[in-house]
Amino acid sequence: MKLTVNGETHDVDVEYDMPLLWVLRDELGITGPKYGCGIAQCGACTVHVDGVAVRSCQLAAGDVIGDVTTIEGLGTPSALHAVQEAWIDLQVAQCGYCQAGQIMQAASFLDMNSEPTDAQIDAAMSGNLCRCGSYPRIRDAVKLAAIKLRRV
Amino acid sequence: MGRVKTIARRSFLIGSAAIAGGVAFGTYLYKREGENPLLADLKPGETAITPYVRIDAQGITLITPRADVGQGAWSMQAHLIAEELDIDPATATVSPGPASAIYYNGVVGAEAMPIAATSDTLLARTGRGAADVMGKLMGLHITGGSSTVPDMYDRLRMAGAVARETLIRAAMKQTGLPRDQLSTENGHVVLPDGSKIDYLDLAVAAADIDPVQDVALRDPSQWRYLTKPQKRTDMVAKSTGTLTYGIDMVMDGMVYATTRTNPAMGGGIIGFDAAAAQAMRGVRSVLPITGGIAVVADNTWRAFQAAQAVDCDWGPSPYIGNTADQFDAVAASMTDDHQDSRFKDEGDVTAALDGADVIEAEYRIPYLAHAPLEPMSVVVKMTRTRLDIWTGTQIPRFVQANMGKLTGLDADNIHVHVLMSGGSFGRRLEDDYVAQAVEIALQLRDTPIKMIWQREEDFTHDFSRPLAIARGRGAVKSGALDAFDLSIAAPSVAESSLARLGQPAIGPDVAIVAGAWDQPFAIPNYRVTGYRTPAMVPISSWRSVGASGNGFLHESFMDEMCHAAGVDPLEERLRLCWHAPSRKVLEAVGEMSDWGSDLGPNRGRGLAFTLAFGVPVAQVVEVTNTDRGIRIDKVFVAADVGRVLDPVNFEAQVQGGVIFGLGHAMNCEMTYVDGAAQQDNYHAYEGMRLYQTPEIMVRGLENGDKIRGIGEPGVPPAAPALANAIFAATGQRIRELPLSKSVDFV
Repeated sequence: MKLTVNGETHDVDVEYDMPLLWVLRDELGITGPKYGCGIAQCGACTVHVDGVAVRSCQLAAGDVIGDVTTIEGLGTPSALHAVQEAWIDLQVAQCGYCQAGQIMQAASFLDMNSEPTDAQIDAAMSGNLCRCGSYPRIRDAVKLAAIKLRRV
Repeated sequence: MGRVKTIARRSFLIGSAAIAGGVAFGTYLYKREGENPLLADLKPGETAITPYVRIDAQGITLITPRADVGQGAWSMQAHLIAEELDIDPATATVSPGPASAIYYNGVVGAEAMPIAATSDTLLARTGRGAADVMGKLMGLHITGGSSTVPDMYDRLRMAGAVARETLIRAAMKQTGLPRDQLSTENGHVVLPDGSKIDYLDLAVAAADIDPVQDVALRDPSQWRYLTKPQKRTDMVAKSTGTLTYGIDMVMDGMVYATTRTNPAMGGGIIGFDAAAAQAMRGVRSVLPITGGIAVVADNTWRAFQAAQAVDCDWGPSPYIGNTADQFDAVAASMTDDHQDSRFKDEGDVTAALDGADVIEAEYRIPYLAHAPLEPMSVVVKMTRTRLDIWTGTQIPRFVQANMGKLTGLDADNIHVHVLMSGGSFGRRLEDDYVAQAVEIALQLRDTPIKMIWQREEDFTHDFSRPLAIARGRGAVKSGALDAFDLSIAAPSVAESSLARLGQPAIGPDVAIVAGAWDQPFAIPNYRVTGYRTPAMVPISSWRSVGASGNGFLHESFMDEMCHAAGVDPLEERLRLCWHAPSRKVLEAVGEMSDWGSDLGPNRGRGLAFTLAFGVPVAQVVEVTNTDRGIRIDKVFVAADVGRVLDPVNFEAQVQGGVIFGLGHAMNCEMTYVDGAAQQDNYHAYEGMRLYQTPEIMVRGLENGDKIRGIGEPGVPPAAPALANAIFAATGQRIRELPLSKSVDFV
């Protein structure tokens, strides 16, 4: 089957029901999306399909209709996305393992809601687990990213 | 009393043995410069002036041997070296270096000794010195106990200074100029005419010079990075998905594996039928390993699917299998013959309680899993003569030694490449997962193998923080605390985890009473007794170790006693506290939280204080009792680490510690049925989510006499401060964690 990831089209020979996460990680070598729980409880595997945040551990490769974007495709160290910039400005990450998922969740959310309320941020980000407890800074970084994005 | 004396004598054997070693023959060994392990692998044009700084034509590598598990240890260590080396840490490569005895930890061993952090007696100083000698002689290359900064603060700055002065010496040789005409600036030696020589261009010349040893450390007033807000060296990589964690390591020809062992802890495997699994797509082999099976495949998911398809015949767990029975065993161990320690015994508790109106309470805390978000994972490659291991670990030298035993290879031929850990909270003080991968590699040589545990395997094969029961008995007199007698029973973490590392556990286990016996309060009759429950399911260190639960046990009873005495919990603690830095953190949270002011109906404030790892931490939690349950509104924290080296990460570590403490107190427990853990993923072990996260105000104080670490001390007071706040808001006293057994949270 064909998968377009970060603008590049790949031909992958995998089972229909292999989760997108494992196609990305083990077949395509794209390791930004992380395995955390395998049951959509932690959000570490979050990627975009046509700009919408999805849990790639629960999305069968055969069900992917649209372009996939991973954290690597959102922005790079030399060309950061506004959400990544905000994460760095506020020094959000501790172990950082959940942060690719947090950033992808936030980017998709802010794309749909450019002026979120605190309650909307809480609702949008609460499916993403952070065991280190970086939540206060995630909250602040989403707000900062919203400001940065409105300036663009 | 005979028994107590025996224990006290025994407890110091560990110290005096090391002291004797230091005096008799160890002084030489101890004082001798260790081998610089970097010298072995240098290529032409590279130089390693100290074990912490490597320079070649491409750049400078800073060696940061304490593991980074999210606490920012790599970045902090890099800043400590860079400050004295006079470079911008962002321009250097940061590497954890090889497993080596020279990277021993000289501080962490003191945590195992019954020495109060507040004590500065000769005995206490001698004991701490013994921990340093022991750490060096044993080559304890280990990360834990919030010891990275206290252990590395001088050592890494000195390493940076030695490297700087040696580079200057090289520049003197090259230019013929005297020392006093040369200075340094951001990776360069600066000449009197303002021209500069790049450190990189001095590397080859520096390699021929004996490192300059008589160097002075810079005065803190000259610091450019330390105590200023730092930018973590890994922050960009972590925000762009470009950092390689243990689970991300990729090698040519690599295969993917997972393991499945008996869900009933220690039960072993009687037999298995792999026919169905063998036939599945991508499966290369199904192999026996200790206690279970491993599947090797061409993709992790295929390995996961096939592992579930193996039909396994499991044996029964040898341990007490059900949590109700485990608690019964803990309760039954609160007897004289299980007494493990009584490090605190002031006044005469028995006499004070005799005839008094005794206040009694019993508390329970559950087993807790570490559950770092990156599941246990490792890449190994084994040839006939060499084993390479890539993983996140806090114990590279123990990994080397234990895998040596497993493979028969010499330690020199076992190379541990430490990668960033996606969390740990103490889980990566264990090497069980590495051993499993090596067992696979012994059956599949010359092939790189990436082994990843399914989350369910990770939860059900964690070595939990132990459960415990505490009984408090106390008395008040004239509106003040008069007697405080706390008995804590729990299985011993030291006994369980040191056995897995092949080390003996000598003397009482301080962790059973840590964060309780050593609190700086002058209660007239004050006693803390530890009881050791005979070993049950394997257990291990969990963020803040003994204090993680003892904070709740001590501070819940303290709150009850203050309530019984009719005194304000903050005022009473301040009245009783004899340790100045501890008083200051109590005063600080009082001021921050406007303690004593009226919060309005259905609201309450709770206070708790724990001194752990030498760091006094006071927390005030504010809650509202809503019609849907308890809402945590705000948390105020003051902590004293002597000197805050990075206010940005200090705040992050304290906030993270509070959230870790609150989240587990709210809704987490591990329970067992027939030896099998019942919580197998985050839906059953949720912790705190963002919508529940309160505002957390943090203040760092600097009144302590020593520099301390802050990865763990934020955890212990969080649970009791929350429980005490719930009492204040509702009148409901909760004596058992998790709190969700008693109240709902919104």
